[in-house]
Amino acid sequence: MSSRIPLAYNPKVLELFRNPKNLGKMEDADAEALAGSIACGDMIAFYLKIDEKTLTISAATFESYGCAANIAASSVLTELIKGKSLEEAWQISWKQISEALGGLPAVKFHCGILAVGALRRAIRTYFTGKERPDWLPEQLTPDEKHAVEEEKLIEILTKRAERIEGQEERKDTP
Amino acid sequence: MKISDLSTDVAALLESHGVPEREVYLDSENSGLVFPEALQAMVQAYASGGQGHPSITHRKGWEAYETLLSATRTIAGALRCQPEDLVFTHSGTEANNLAITGLARAHTTRKKLIISDIEHLSVTFPAEQLQKEGYRVVTIPVDREGFVDHEFLAGQIDTDTLLVSVAPVNHEIGTVQDIRAMTELVKDRDAGVAVHLDSCDAFCKTELDLEKTGADLASISSHKIYGPKGAGALFVRDGTSLDPIIRGQLSTQKLWAGVENVPAIAGFAKAVELMQNNRDQYLAGMTQLRDNLISGITDTISDTLLNGPGGERRAPDNVNISFLNCEGEALTVEMSLKGVYVSSGSACTSRVLQPSHVLLAIRRRYEEAHGSILMKTTPFHTESDIEYVLTSFPDAVQRIRSLSPLKPGGGKHV
Repeated sequence: MSSRIPLAYNPKVLELFRNPKNLGKMEDADAEALAGSIACGDMIAFYLKIDEKTLTISAATFESYGCAANIAASSVLTELIKGKSLEEAWQISWKQISEALGGLPAVKFHCGILAVGALRRAIRTYFTGKERPDWLPEQLTPDEKHAVEEEKLIEILTKRAERIEGQEERKDTP
Repeated sequence: MKISDLSTDVAALLESHGVPEREVYLDSENSGLVFPEALQAMVQAYASGGQGHPSITHRKGWEAYETLLSATRTIAGALRCQPEDLVFTHSGTEANNLAITGLARAHTTRKKLIISDIEHLSVTFPAEQLQKEGYRVVTIPVDREGFVDHEFLAGQIDTDTLLVSVAPVNHEIGTVQDIRAMTELVKDRDAGVAVHLDSCDAFCKTELDLEKTGADLASISSHKIYGPKGAGALFVRDGTSLDPIIRGQLSTQKLWAGVENVPAIAGFAKAVELMQNNRDQYLAGMTQLRDNLISGITDTISDTLLNGPGGERRAPDNVNISFLNCEGEALTVEMSLKGVYVSSGSACTSRVLQPSHVLLAIRRRYEEAHGSILMKTTPFHTESDIEYVLTSFPDAVQRIRSLSPLKPGGGKHV
């Protein structure tokens, strides 16, 4: 018995899953951010090397805890933003990630959204304590909110699980 | 079928994946291996004996009826029930839907359904649908190994209870319930409560004697015992009334509309026969390979957890292990590239953010559920297959863990 739907990846996803580009922690990153949560089943870390004068991304790396689509989406995004200005990188949408991967299946759109959320969080982090450029919105964008919502959801669920566990332990204690 | 990803070039994906030099298929949970003899029985039925519609009055119809009758007798014999008590469906999912929704449709007074927390979705979802229609659904909690709480169940049986549905063997974590005790407990309190057993994972793999258990309804599925896909059945004890839930049949006696898949049922019966005739040998072999897999993985790979009980209280074929800090779907793809086919209870495979409800019900944490891998041994596997699987796992787990921002023993990188 199975309750699943067919889900075939584009070969590009499989290729990037096999040989991810720009994988790994960057020790001397100028900006970094983590989005998602291990409890939600997907989490992405982004590391950026930024040219201070031109505000362009000279290098980008990632780490991912997630499915093959999540890994491929993060990897392809590091490729898309390399050499771009922070403003240009900020404009990249999850749809561009999907296109670059030959079209993500609908149920995997959230992988692209989380990758964008992680990148935008890293860019925002870079400007912390610095003057905020005009193109950087003060409010969180939907992609960033997606990451926040995922993180909040898991907090609620974890608290609920801990509460149930607590009740159970009390029940077990004579 | 509604296909979700029509734009995907699956042929290109398969070409890019390539055919691994060695392949071991361990995903019998989601379907797979078929006895060659069952396939042969199907081919024979398609060629002759199974061409007609078994309800039609001409020679071809009667030939099909004869094939169907003979298959029904074989399957009923293995279940220790009467052949006339079997209703053929095209899957275990359909049988579960018929049992639950069909029973509710045929009764109007009792409005409470009791299922366990770890049932298959083809039990859970029909119950939830009935809840929307005004029924009350109570779920029985399970312990950390998946055993249902009998005391809780006993306390829930009342004159409003229509049905208790519990799988004798859990499909994900292999827990073997004490079904006789459970059925007795229910019937002692109120003989009017129907007991349904989703027996798809129990049939031919554990003791399932419907004569002794006293259950009223039991679902079985062909592909779970290495018969073809497209055949399932529901045992309906004489005296239990059900209403059909799909329409299109003339006969009021027929509970499932549509022509019986006679060739598939012939293959199903052949699989039953093989499982019966070789029972001791098959089950001992599967159990041995199951234990080799479990100890081989948990002894050599760090941060692993066995989900479900061990020993005789576990189904002979079931292996379910959580690999911490290792996302399950990514691991299934990595293992696939090595030719080992397994499935995962991670949210990424089920396409929703919630991971397996079975693993959450046994109090596994979210991250533990996301890193779970389900495998089933079969009579087709050899010790050498399992050795190959065991040599493939460490590198695969190590690679997936190496991609993650979380490293063992430490906190977050960032």
